[in-house]
Amino acid sequence: MHMADALLSPAVGGTMWAATAGLIVYCSKKVREDLDEKKIPLMGVIGAFIFAAQMINFTIPATGSSGHLGGAMILAILLGPYAAFLTMASVLTVQALFFADGGLLALGCNIVNMGFFPCFICYPLIYKTIVKGRLTPKWITTGAIISAIIGLQLGAFSVVLETFFSGISALPFSHFLLLMQPIHLAIGIVEGLTTAAVVIFIWKSRPEILQPSISVVQGPGPDQEYSIKKVFIGFAAAAIIVGCGLSWFASAHPDGLEWAISKTTGMEELGAPQKNLYSSLTAIQEKTAFLPDYGFKTTKENPITDTKKAWPAVDSGTSVSGLVGGLLTLCLAIFIGFIIKRKKTGQTA
Amino acid sequence: MSHHIVQADNLNYTYPDGTIGINNISFKITHGESVALVGANGAGKSTLLLHLNGCLISTQGEISIGDYPLNKKNIKAVRRSVGMVFQNPDDQLFMPTVFDDVAFGPINLGLPENQVEQRVTHALETVGATHLINRPPYKLSGGEKRAVAIATILACSPDILVMDEPSSNLDPLSRRRLIKLLKSFEHTKIIATHDLDMALDVCQRTIVLHKGKITADGPTISIFNDEELLARSGLEKPLGMQECPICKKNNPKNQILFYNKKPR
Amino acid sequence: MNTIEKNLFDIRYMDTLASKNTSLHRLDPRAKLITTLMFIAMVVSLGKYEISRMIPFIIYPMVMIISAELPFLYLLKKMILVAPFAILIGIFNPLMDTTPLVHLGSVSITGGWISFFSIMMRFSLTVSAALILISMTGFNGVCMALEKMGVPQPFVVQLMFLYRYLFVLIEEGAKMLRARSLRSFDSKGLGFKYFISLLGQLLLQTLDRAQRIHLAMCCRGFDGHIPINRPMKFGYKEIRFVLIWSFIFILTRSYNLPVKIGEIIAGIL
Repeated sequence: MHMADALLSPAVGGTMWAATAGLIVYCSKKVREDLDEKKIPLMGVIGAFIFAAQMINFTIPATGSSGHLGGAMILAILLGPYAAFLTMASVLTVQALFFADGGLLALGCNIVNMGFFPCFICYPLIYKTIVKGRLTPKWITTGAIISAIIGLQLGAFSVVLETFFSGISALPFSHFLLLMQPIHLAIGIVEGLTTAAVVIFIWKSRPEILQPSISVVQGPGPDQEYSIKKVFIGFAAAAIIVGCGLSWFASAHPDGLEWAISKTTGMEELGAPQKNLYSSLTAIQEKTAFLPDYGFKTTKENPITDTKKAWPAVDSGTSVSGLVGGLLTLCLAIFIGFIIKRKKTGQTA
Repeated sequence: MSHHIVQADNLNYTYPDGTIGINNISFKITHGESVALVGANGAGKSTLLLHLNGCLISTQGEISIGDYPLNKKNIKAVRRSVGMVFQNPDDQLFMPTVFDDVAFGPINLGLPENQVEQRVTHALETVGATHLINRPPYKLSGGEKRAVAIATILACSPDILVMDEPSSNLDPLSRRRLIKLLKSFEHTKIIATHDLDMALDVCQRTIVLHKGKITADGPTISIFNDEELLARSGLEKPLGMQECPICKKNNPKNQILFYNKKPR
Repeated sequence: MNTIEKNLFDIRYMDTLASKNTSLHRLDPRAKLITTLMFIAMVVSLGKYEISRMIPFIIYPMVMIISAELPFLYLLKKMILVAPFAILIGIFNPLMDTTPLVHLGSVSITGGWISFFSIMMRFSLTVSAALILISMTGFNGVCMALEKMGVPQPFVVQLMFLYRYLFVLIEEGAKMLRARSLRSFDSKGLGFKYFISLLGQLLLQTLDRAQRIHLAMCCRGFDGHIPINRPMKFGYKEIRFVLIWSFIFILTRSYNLPVKIGEIIAGIL
């Protein structure tokens, strides 16, 4: 569920970058304070392990597809939330740079979707609550599966939200949601099962590895509680920033969210194509108006009636000259490239 | 001089899961000595090595490096004088480039920048790896990795070199080069190895371990001539001392008189 | 099994590209990182119907590929490999958004198709920018740049360690996979049970390795601090690089160059 740059607006991407940057700074501080220098090589090597692990797959019976380990939950269980978050962030960075899995701008979104939710929501609130130090296969499995499913659901929901608020994809909120959530339910179950099985494997063969985290689970001292609270404050701050961005968007286009909600509740409206088209167009227009191209104007004047007028603001009016010019620009660019190449080969020869 | 001495008194170590690592080990290694530590797999060689610079702290008995018994307080000083080369160079080369890796120790010693560079160049020159200085470690061949791993230790200028299987996974030529290199070192050397031919070449003294205990400690040549002892410890005569299976001639190494001559 | 080694090969190959010695490779990584981020932000900030404005941006990846002597076809292949996700989401646009937006004689193009193409263009531009950055800077270069630009050290160290052991662990994983596939006849043995013990073993080995690395670090005086500081120079060349490209980006971002050119041509005709 890596988000791609192409579907993202700079406002959403930037907000998530800011949230991620804050979390990385905070977690780095936490890891440094932790003073367990053994964790430095451990985090690095386990991050590399996640890579290798994701490449090892197994066949899921009767489906013909194959599953693998996702990683964030197992990192949180083995390393604790702060180190796990940093590790996950580093894994995603390498994926973005080398495999173009998600882009650089989308990196913030991806780290929040796949790192923040499992490490700071699911691990402390769900996994720990369920397991409560009862390290038996039954509780580990329950905890891992539930937290993995919820983690992926939250992540998928977040992907949908980010895509929606970026407004590049015309896919309506509800449809995208209905597409994403069930897929990630299936992925979540697989993820939960693999996480649980690996944790149980480790617990059976080398219980001492899980021991330090057991003690943390058993006695969540006031310190621990407090720090998680701090993370929440950090996230709340990030949420406020996002919220500001959203309200800015929402105030300019009050119908956008409403439309999305009504769409989600009323799928039958698909039968009324005219209306559907109109409303989706409106929503699209509202979203495009959010883009900086329009100078982030808070044009409160009735966006719906303006719809038709707003179109020429895009390229259509000047479409022919745009097309001709576009082709020419392309030719020009290729020409420049050609010249540089000639010059370069001339130099080396 | 005196701080090059390594002395172990009734050293015992039991792993947390109850496995006995080493059992009642005592020895004294003096300045400039070159000692081979041999024994079958699981005999406790690596466990013993890890005690020499405080990676493991014995459950009973003590080890002293120089005049001081090794304890938590002087562990840093001990690590400065004992350089340890690990069995798998990948565990040892963790920095992004060879330079960074060799410089890691000197920087941690708090040396100024120009001295760090000097040490790095010198260490790499010694092992003949100067040309690798800017390469990332994962791009090196096995032999190159080993050479650089040794350089990382040399750069800390230790008095005592501790090595775990330095000749494993090397091609014959790299192995020969390594042996030459080891022979050129004047450090006190403690080398755990299965390569008995190398032990014969490099070390005058050998300690045989079996199931965590010392079964023999003496001149290498006489230990390797004691076939019964070797068999008992899960070992076998070095190839260089065995009869040649093709020409059926006895290797000259079997006779102590010829010992100091290199084979071939 | 195939992909695991291909991935490793990919990383290795891009690392080799980064060790070339062109004037672009020699630039301070910070300059390249800043320019890349700026490029992506500019491209992404364009509206979803603004294809014509996006075209001039092609100049950046093109000049970089040629001047840094990067293999165009290889980068293209890498891009195509990750394209499905963008296509999957983008393909809904033509279905959902069917207002005719551009009329070319009797043919009208809907907004959906235009935005679909704009998504694909954004995708190719942003992805190529990221791939170009890594293949002319190298991962360690990017890490150093991040460190210099104030990213917390634990995270940078984490990135470097991850990268270092990526090679080791992928190789270990590949060996295990090969061993499994050689003995799993008729796809038996590819089930969950064996998968878990395979993964568990790999994890245990990983944990042991981490312990050994820590010992090796301690043996050389490690005290919690990893020295990664490397002298870097952000000189005249770097400033020039960043300024020139920023100027070009801002220019293409704020003026619709193709339309301007088109209008001029139309005027002449």
